[in-house]
Amino acid sequence: MWKLIVRRTLITIPQIIVLSILVFILAQAMPGDALTGLIDPNIDPATIEAMRERLGLNNPWYVQYVDWVKGVLQGDFGQSFRFKMPVSELIGERMINTLWLSLATLILTYLIAIPLGIISGRFNDTWLDRAITGYTYIGFAAPLFIFALVMLFIFGFQLGWFPTSGSVAPGTEPGTFAYFISKLNHLLLPALSMALITTVSTVQYLRSEIIDTKQKDFIVTARAKGSSESRVYNRHVLRNSLLPIAAFFGYEITGLIGGTIFIENIFGYPGMGELFLSSISLRDYSVMTALVLLFGLAAIIGALLSDIILSLVDPRIRIK
Amino acid sequence: MSEVLLDIKNLKTSFRIKDHHYAAVDDVTLTVKKNEVLAIVGESGSGKSAFAFSIMGLHTRAKIEGEINYKGSNLVQAGPNQMKKLRGKEMGMIFQDALSALNPLMVVGAQIDEAIFLHNPKSSKNLRKLQVINLLNQVGIPRPEKTYHQYPHELSGGMRQRIVIAMAISNQPELLIADEPTTALDVTIQSQILDLIKELKETIHAGIILITHDLGVVAEMADRVAVMYAGQIVEIADVYTLMENPQHPYTRSLLNSIPTLNDVKEELHVIQGVVPSLQNLPRTGCRFASRIPWIEESEHEASPELHEISPGHYVRCTCYKDFYFPEQAEEERNYVAN
Repeated sequence: MWKLIVRRTLITIPQIIVLSILVFILAQAMPGDALTGLIDPNIDPATIEAMRERLGLNNPWYVQYVDWVKGVLQGDFGQSFRFKMPVSELIGERMINTLWLSLATLILTYLIAIPLGIISGRFNDTWLDRAITGYTYIGFAAPLFIFALVMLFIFGFQLGWFPTSGSVAPGTEPGTFAYFISKLNHLLLPALSMALITTVSTVQYLRSEIIDTKQKDFIVTARAKGSSESRVYNRHVLRNSLLPIAAFFGYEITGLIGGTIFIENIFGYPGMGELFLSSISLRDYSVMTALVLLFGLAAIIGALLSDIILSLVDPRIRIK
Repeated sequence: MSEVLLDIKNLKTSFRIKDHHYAAVDDVTLTVKKNEVLAIVGESGSGKSAFAFSIMGLHTRAKIEGEINYKGSNLVQAGPNQMKKLRGKEMGMIFQDALSALNPLMVVGAQIDEAIFLHNPKSSKNLRKLQVINLLNQVGIPRPEKTYHQYPHELSGGMRQRIVIAMAISNQPELLIADEPTTALDVTIQSQILDLIKELKETIHAGIILITHDLGVVAEMADRVAVMYAGQIVEIADVYTLMENPQHPYTRSLLNSIPTLNDVKEELHVIQGVVPSLQNLPRTGCRFASRIPWIEESEHEASPELHEISPGHYVRCTCYKDFYFPEQAEEERNYVAN
């Protein structure tokens, strides 16, 4: 068991190295460098060249890569040219916001998906199931950014139940209860909008898993032992059907990254996704590179987590 | 012989396919006595398993008509609660494919434990564990304490089938239904499992319904045999009569299809055609007629009945009287010609 987890964790090391090389090469491939556009064009080119030499920009790419990695390992992602502050500091506060938003979305996703999937799968081909599958089709068809705008318009603007932007009401003191409530209030609408759309694939997945599992022979065995229908579903069908959902968890995280980029921009929520889009439009390279690296890391960790969860719940995967 | 345990009358199990009900088990009448092994034989698709599932009430979407009388009540009319109490307690079932019949996520001990727990919810956990270990011993598992904590995929096919058997007999059932218990096993393990079932027959004194398509198994295990074809019983007799003096063309064809080791050159006998599917099955006349086309139509009965030709030996339709195998007839002709 532990062996498997350690082995699986070790695999992430080459993945992370490859990711960092890719991110670095992409950054290098972008036209210009840290000095282009930052420097007054009237300065003597020889001076600029000397500066380049001094900053190590003329070194071969692998030397630059090692320098960059050294910095990253110490938490130094360089300076943001837009905010004139260290990238790590800039991302730090945004990362916490995005983490909360992702966590809330994940919880809501499963809170919606599991009951709906169970009802739909257990009572398949009833009107209730048709209603639920109908909802999932709408969810598949509706683009997240349109749906989020509609949610924002109805619940934020028309009904005024939720704030329409920001991550906390201005003037609240961090650490107080009011601060926490305000955070939650700002988080709920974006998280719900995202969850309502992203959950549909999980609902569908769980539904078809349950329909598949309930026709398995061991379910007949459970009935032949004298289990009641509810016991059959709770003890035998459900656990077996949740396995693929656990395996799906890693992709859920990757999906969240894409989702937060849209959602944070629409809801003006100061997170990494919002920062990412604005950095692209302003060519804030050091911020972009750092964010792409972090998003990539999140995807790798997501895959790692889902493999570990799966090995915890499915005895067949534990390798001796 | 001994008293009747299960008395089935005119059992009809139909499945709905596109607004029509098609009977997979059609008008089956038979009895199972205490302490006897009744074998049900037939090809795939002849309705054997559908019949077994009907007795246990395991069909989820089937229309069941007729009577299944067990201890004074008709199980066809029984509600889900009554069936729940019978299943696993008074009726145990052994399944064909032990790997798929076991929950892959539960240790096998817990699965047997569940079978006991469901019918003795107040029993203590330690006591149940002892019972499970005893059962594992009884079905011949070498290291029960270790096996208790193993998952189905960690066991061999024979071991898994033993687990399924242990589960079926965990509450000393009075009726044991074994649905092709040896089909998924290789030959050496098959005989071990059959020996085990035989042994259990002596110890738990249950009536056993053994469903199989293997006539070797029948000869070894059964007291009485019912031959099923297309949802109907075509012949029923005690095992000696049936093996020595088979009457119905289907039974004779089945027995004739067993390869013998004596004659190397002999071609394998096959029965022409296949069992018709539920939708294409002719519901009138002799159902086996299409597979013995060389027999004149006038030999068949218009609505074939079971005829008792000797005490306890029933044969359906009249076509058995003048049945012959075409290749035998040819051989005889050749013999006469030479």
